[in-house]
Amino acid sequence: MNPVNYLYLAALLFTIGATGVLIRRNAIVVFMCVELMLNACNLAFVAFSRMHGNLDGQIIAFFTMVVAAAEVVVGLAIIVSLFRSRHSASVDDASLMKL
Amino acid sequence: MSAATDSLSLAASDTVALAASTTSTGEAVQFWILGTIAVVGALCTILMRKAVHSALCLAGTMVILAIFYLANGAYFLGIVQIVVYTGAIMMLFLFVVMLVGVTAADSLKESIKGQRWLAALCALGFGALLIAGISRASLGASNGLGTANAGGNVEGLAALIFTKYVFAFEITGALLITAAVGAMVLTHRERTEKAATQRELAERRVREGRHLPPLPAPGVYARHNAVDVAGLLPDGTPSELTVSQTLRARGQVRDVSIEALNDLAALEQRSEDRLGRRPAPAGTARRGRAHEEEKDQ
Repeated sequence: MNPVNYLYLAALLFTIGATGVLIRRNAIVVFMCVELMLNACNLAFVAFSRMHGNLDGQIIAFFTMVVAAAEVVVGLAIIVSLFRSRHSASVDDASLMKL
Repeated sequence: MSAATDSLSLAASDTVALAASTTSTGEAVQFWILGTIAVVGALCTILMRKAVHSALCLAGTMVILAIFYLANGAYFLGIVQIVVYTGAIMMLFLFVVMLVGVTAADSLKESIKGQRWLAALCALGFGALLIAGISRASLGASNGLGTANAGGNVEGLAALIFTKYVFAFEITGALLITAAVGAMVLTHRERTEKAATQRELAERRVREGRHLPPLPAPGVYARHNAVDVAGLLPDGTPSELTVSQTLRARGQVRDVSIEALNDLAALEQRSEDRLGRRPAPAGTARRGRAHEEEKDQ
């Protein structure tokens, strides 16, 4: 097996995550799909790191994880405050800039 | 003797080069099995209706990705993936699902007509583009991480983080602190009016004149005392008031009215048999008789 297969898997997972972002309307599930896309990118970075024989790809994947953790904290806080003001976690209901 | 060791080392370097450009059979088997499961988990994430199921499928996919990191020589990242992603981030997701998802049933009605098909079409095109791009790319021979990981994976990463990427690392720390403060600011809510005391709540209830006594308890006689079983009214219909609002919103109320009526009919049947009276018509005869009596009056 060629290590390029990991890249194909990463592309597939990224596409599935993008599809989820487009078709789901529950904000939490949309957010999970974004996480899936980030993970697919990480897999591609790790596979590239192996192909090139240096650790820079793994460093980038590490930074992606840190940024994803920060993003999850802020994003979930936004979802919780949206739910408090609108009593719904659907992205359709948050269609106005004001409450 | 030296020729033998030369050929041995040559063979060893050959196998190293081979292992770098292709992978072992074991890894191939692992890739195809776990890769299939990962894709199925990702599909379940976007297809499951309830957010909790999506979160669990995504956690499974992330664990498999951690195994792939380990197989690719990223030992530190594999462990971090399990600890940070499946341990912290997914549990945070589950926590928010519990907090938010009381009415979590995602409606399947499309708000924009044909959006789902268009989205699927776009995703198909995007995936085809991505995969075609990878297959056309000339990636060259794979080197493998043997030399990079020679002094240990964690040591290699640490050397890079604290020399080449030290500024990015410091900025990441600032980002994390900002995110933590931001989350606290976003979820903190200043209470604008005084919280109602128990006495004020009781007085308001009297003023409104609804449900002065406590709400009726759930359950049917002594047979079902579970909180999700609605109590039955005298005519056999379940009463909404007896179950908690949360269970009603989730649609988790168990209806035992039919069962209870059948039990009652069977009980009457048995007692009439024992007393030697004529057998009553089975089933819902009791309710029919009650209706007739009402009509007569």
